[in-house]
Amino acid sequence: MFEILENEILAPQLHRLVVRAPRVAAARQAGQFVIVRAAAGEERIPLTIGDADPVAGTITLFVQAVGYSTGRIVAIPAGGALRDVAGPLGVPTHIGQWGRVACVGGGVGTAVLYPLAKALAAAGNEVVTLIGGRAAPYIILRDELAVFSQELVITTEDGSLGRQGFVTAPLAEMIADPARRPGAVFAVGPVPMMKAVAALTRPAGIETVVSLNPVMIDGTGMCGGCRVVVDGEAKFACVDGPEFDGHRVDFDTLSDRLATYREMEAAHRCRLAGKEAA
Amino acid sequence: MTAPLSVKEQLAIPRVKMAELDPELRRAGFAEVNRGLRLEEALREAQRCIQCKSRPCVQGCPVEVAIPEFIGALAENDLPGAAAILRRDNALPAVCGRVCPQESQCEAQCVRGIKGEAVAIGYLERFVADWALEHGERSPVDANSSSAGRAVAVVGCGPAGLTAAGELARKGHQVTIFEALHDTGGVLRYGIPEFRLPKTIIDAEVAELQALGVRIECNVIVGKTLTLEQLRAEYDAVFVANGAGLPMMLDIPGENFKGVYSANEYLTRVNLMGAGRDSAATTPIVIGRHVAVIGGGNTAMDCVRTARRLGAERAMIIYRRSEAEMPARLEEIKHAKEEGVEFLMLTAPLAIGEDGKGWVASLRCQRMELGAPDASGRCRPVAVAGAFFDLPVDVVINAIGTRANPLLTASAPELGLTRWGNILSDEQGATNLTGVYAGGDIVRGGATVILAMGDGKRAAAAIDDYLASP
Repeated sequence: MFEILENEILAPQLHRLVVRAPRVAAARQAGQFVIVRAAAGEERIPLTIGDADPVAGTITLFVQAVGYSTGRIVAIPAGGALRDVAGPLGVPTHIGQWGRVACVGGGVGTAVLYPLAKALAAAGNEVVTLIGGRAAPYIILRDELAVFSQELVITTEDGSLGRQGFVTAPLAEMIADPARRPGAVFAVGPVPMMKAVAALTRPAGIETVVSLNPVMIDGTGMCGGCRVVVDGEAKFACVDGPEFDGHRVDFDTLSDRLATYREMEAAHRCRLAGKEAA
Repeated sequence: MTAPLSVKEQLAIPRVKMAELDPELRRAGFAEVNRGLRLEEALREAQRCIQCKSRPCVQGCPVEVAIPEFIGALAENDLPGAAAILRRDNALPAVCGRVCPQESQCEAQCVRGIKGEAVAIGYLERFVADWALEHGERSPVDANSSSAGRAVAVVGCGPAGLTAAGELARKGHQVTIFEALHDTGGVLRYGIPEFRLPKTIIDAEVAELQALGVRIECNVIVGKTLTLEQLRAEYDAVFVANGAGLPMMLDIPGENFKGVYSANEYLTRVNLMGAGRDSAATTPIVIGRHVAVIGGGNTAMDCVRTARRLGAERAMIIYRRSEAEMPARLEEIKHAKEEGVEFLMLTAPLAIGEDGKGWVASLRCQRMELGAPDASGRCRPVAVAGAFFDLPVDVVINAIGTRANPLLTASAPELGLTRWGNILSDEQGATNLTGVYAGGDIVRGGATVILAMGDGKRAAAAIDDYLASP
């Protein structure tokens, strides 16, 4: 059992959990994830490790309650415990020296972006952070990111905070301005956002790293469920990723595979809701 | 006890047939198909063993169970004696009695099989092992080992790891198994369906090892959570048996459509996570009406029979050679046929088609014929020019095999590997690193439970020798 020390609501349905997992905390590097199960009988859910404190033996997870299983995870209060936490998994982010980098986050992807941006800044890169969301309540971690960002740009679709529109607009301006042009772009968020970012940076020839979140079961390469097409070849996000060259990823296949269980998940939630109501 | 039978009387006994669950009832769930022997049946079958001097069955067994001895004790109705002999040689007899390919191992060597039918060694093993579990018979402990009390880490809680752990614990060592998944058993739990191996049997055999003092830590991924170097620093020896690997891809168009699974993913969802069979389980699975399973091994049979149980009206094996070349056990093929599985032989997959929304809708197949034998000694399948056909299917399962998993090896660059990425080890399982041994699928590629157990047993003996040496 892995004790939950803190459970804080950051935005609608988005929780920040601090979990005691000493071995994971000691081994973890930026870009890696854990596989979590709230309780016996439940799904194995991959979650990016947002932060870690090897001395305290804790890791920080940002969890968006999008489905039944993630809902169960965030429902456990501080003092409770997760049944299983396994990791750290995945290839750590390659932290290079690019001079200026743009870190682009969309929605809950911002939480995945956070450790990455932090590590890039720590390595001496000048970090410009662009985060977007549907509306003001969905903009998360702005203060935390501002600490090490040279510039922080916020966009919302409804204009309730920052600029109205998508993160791609300020990114396009950055790329167009020789004085602000980034040496590399890191993008984490919904698949359409990552696809749009890659489309923007490709003609400009700017190295672009995306972090993918396909359906995953074991997280150790054994099942192959998390396969993504990169350069026409099947790669397993759990052992080869989760970060890939955004210019080589087949985003359409990824979107489609992510939809596999959507209807089933909806039906499952209805059934369970019915049971609870009964 | 009645007077011993004459050889002539022994030879006159027909081989026992094990009761099986009715094929119609099998469709209703995951109840075990083979029902086991009754005591009278087991005693009578044991009397068929003529206790020949040459004991060829033992050579046929990868863990060298003292087969004539345990059967001899059983024939005399000495069940505790039979159980003690069996457990001395085999850490997981209730598992082996169910999933071992006895027909190609011990029973293939049985003298009685030369003229007539071999002794049903596998059935007897299962009977004795189940009796021992029911009656709480403990495994014998070897108190005389000179090296007792050393600490050994075992990586992987599958058949190789469990066997090595049991052997080492019985010699008095402190054994800790590190398992990447959240539960024990490795492939026994996520890969083998309950209709062949009930989870209660795995639980009981694992509990037996824990009673011997074996510690098991789940959710630890060696190579990620802990490194091999850390284990080498903290333990006197390490046995690596992390198994499975990565699924091989079919490399045909349409492999990423919704409804295409690797065998490991399909079986893990159902067996480990309870998808499709336990209403409380929250892991989803696509239930197919028409399911095509590509491959001809035991894993393919497990997938196709599982698909049938989950409700497939049509469940098909697609195999590019003929039935004679299929690597699956005869019993699995027989059971699959009884359950209504269709066998499409000399058929190779060419492409997967979709329904316009990204869901699997069809499988384009190529008819094959057998050519000259290839390097494997089996006839090579050759495409019949222009002979294609389309099968309407909504789930496709790829059961063509796995390749080496790099998780552990990538984090231990000094560990010697083969060109395929498997760990290089000698006959005893020793790697190029002092005190590090390896076995099971990570060494030999995808193989059987009993071969992995044989590796575990040999490596445990070598580790014990290593720990005893000054």
